[in-house]
Amino acid sequence: MTIQFNDETFRDDYSFRNSEWAIKRFPFPFHEDSYMYSVNMEQHRGGPAGSVYEKRFDVDEHYLAEMKDRALVLDQDPLRCQSLPHMTLAGWDLLELIMECKSEDYPDLFELHRNGNTWRWVNKPMGIDDTFTFLDETTLPYGPMEYITRQAQGDFAVLDQRDDMLWMDAGMITTQADWSLDFDIGMNFFEWHAPVPLAHEKGIFIRALKFLLNIQQGAPARRLNWTMTVNPLLDTSPENYHKWGIQKTELSPENIGHKQHLRVELQTFYRLPRSNALVFPIRCYLCNFQDMMTMPKWGRRLHRVIRDLPDELATYKGFIDNKPMMLDYLSQFDDGQPTSPGIWPDQETEPPLQK
Amino acid sequence: MAKFEFPPSILSRPVWGRLEARSGKSHLMIADAEGAEAILDIATPELMENTHIIYIPKGANHADKLRALAPAQFYEGPSYDASVQRIRRVLSGAHMGLQVYLTGTESLMGQAMRETSTAGIPHSAVQTEHRGSVARRMQCVHCKGITEDVELDPFVCSHCGLNLFVRDHYSRRHAAYQGVCVDAEDHGNIPEPKGIYE
Ligand code: HEM
Repeated sequence: MTIQFNDETFRDDYSFRNSEWAIKRFPFPFHEDSYMYSVNMEQHRGGPAGSVYEKRFDVDEHYLAEMKDRALVLDQDPLRCQSLPHMTLAGWDLLELIMECKSEDYPDLFELHRNGNTWRWVNKPMGIDDTFTFLDETTLPYGPMEYITRQAQGDFAVLDQRDDMLWMDAGMITTQADWSLDFDIGMNFFEWHAPVPLAHEKGIFIRALKFLLNIQQGAPARRLNWTMTVNPLLDTSPENYHKWGIQKTELSPENIGHKQHLRVELQTFYRLPRSNALVFPIRCYLCNFQDMMTMPKWGRRLHRVIRDLPDELATYKGFIDNKPMMLDYLSQFDDGQPTSPGIWPDQETEPPLQK
Repeated sequence: MAKFEFPPSILSRPVWGRLEARSGKSHLMIADAEGAEAILDIATPELMENTHIIYIPKGANHADKLRALAPAQFYEGPSYDASVQRIRRVLSGAHMGLQVYLTGTESLMGQAMRETSTAGIPHSAVQTEHRGSVARRMQCVHCKGITEDVELDPFVCSHCGLNLFVRDHYSRRHAAYQGVCVDAEDHGNIPEPKGIYE
């Protein structure tokens, strides 16, 4: 299908909206009626047609608006994009990966023409048509990682692999769930995960790291992560927390349906060929409660998950104060009916709300 | 002075050790304030024959005691910032097998450790021991400014003036803990400051 790109904002007047198409394909992150951290990783080998799993780098109706938002963030704070000096080759690897995937998966939107090291890249939605020399930084307006990630939705952490460890040595991080690239750059896998509660004790990070170190080129993996965001604000950075934190207190029983968003990250993992680095794209999808409630299964399940979530997780994710108000709202959509296994909405088979 | 036992913490926070005299052809000891006492505890005449001490008193009065150890080289610096060029120069000229001893405040150890790793000194050749103040070197996550010697939580960022709470999350690259706005969700509601470990 051809994608109609929305003219919308993720700040100020928050004109961001999801179409019916976007709601239906929203990556609802709960495959059962409860949630706890686990090593929830699987191969990233496509998925149902139209789903966010289908393409390697999903492009949706929010593409242009998200790229505009990223450019605004970078204008105000260039430190959101950093690359330690030894990571330039990984940046070229990433540029190649994204250009190949996008031009193969969306040939009507993106084109890559290669003639030796002379490459021509056409990004039709963004109106870009650039010719450059692969591996020659002077032929691009930005470093290779910055150049391509200004044209790709989602954040990107680029991890160097050495001494059987992953090191966060580069990244483009403008839509993060409250962590700072500038602070975490140079840390290893255990250090940057240090603030996460409960998961270390469960051995999750030790097993996850082992899995990641063994990811091979051409065999990417994926997982979903989630949190809660008031207003469709992409830039929930700690850098700007003193500005956006107050918005969490502006939730009311009247506005919660459209203001409160479930924020889902589709996280993928790709081995890069020349540098042997690992790239970790973190693609953020936002859906407000009232849109999610149009899927009866999701309404039932979200209520149960939030109701039974351990307080440590609600505190870490920053919504413990608003949890009672969320439950008041969500309980209206839980009629006690059983839910089918898996994350898909199962619109045809799940019964409508019986309340 | 009794040694402070840091409570168990998250994995980004460094764990400091205890100095011991090691064998080796050359030794570099960098200390501030009460860190001098850790050096005095392990010093022997043989060790001092091949030791370069860089000491930043920060108001403590141990310099004469260190000088009296008669190390091969002794430098007393007025501040860490004033001494860092010298530290870099010494590390860049270091021979294989140099043993490094860092002791005193976390700020001193963290910053000097960053210099040793930039200079390529193997981790295994660097020892640490915390002595004296438990104050922290803090990076403001908002304006990125560093505030030294933070003893209270919350505290005021010395650059942008925001009231920040003290996190345990620690960056070796910045040699600093993270400070985050404490009243972002309730403007003006600043809790009464307490000692970080109170
Ligand atoms: C190598 C790629 C990865 C990167 C760069 C990454 C990065 C991060 C960062 C920066 C945070 C926020 C920590 C904070 O509070 O400051 C985080 C949270 C977390 N990460 Fe990862 N991570 C990676 C892979 C994984 C994997 C494979 C797992 C598998 C279990 C995982 C599980 C988690 C969990 C459970 C959280 C807490 C999230 C929440 O409750 O919202 N991470 N990660």
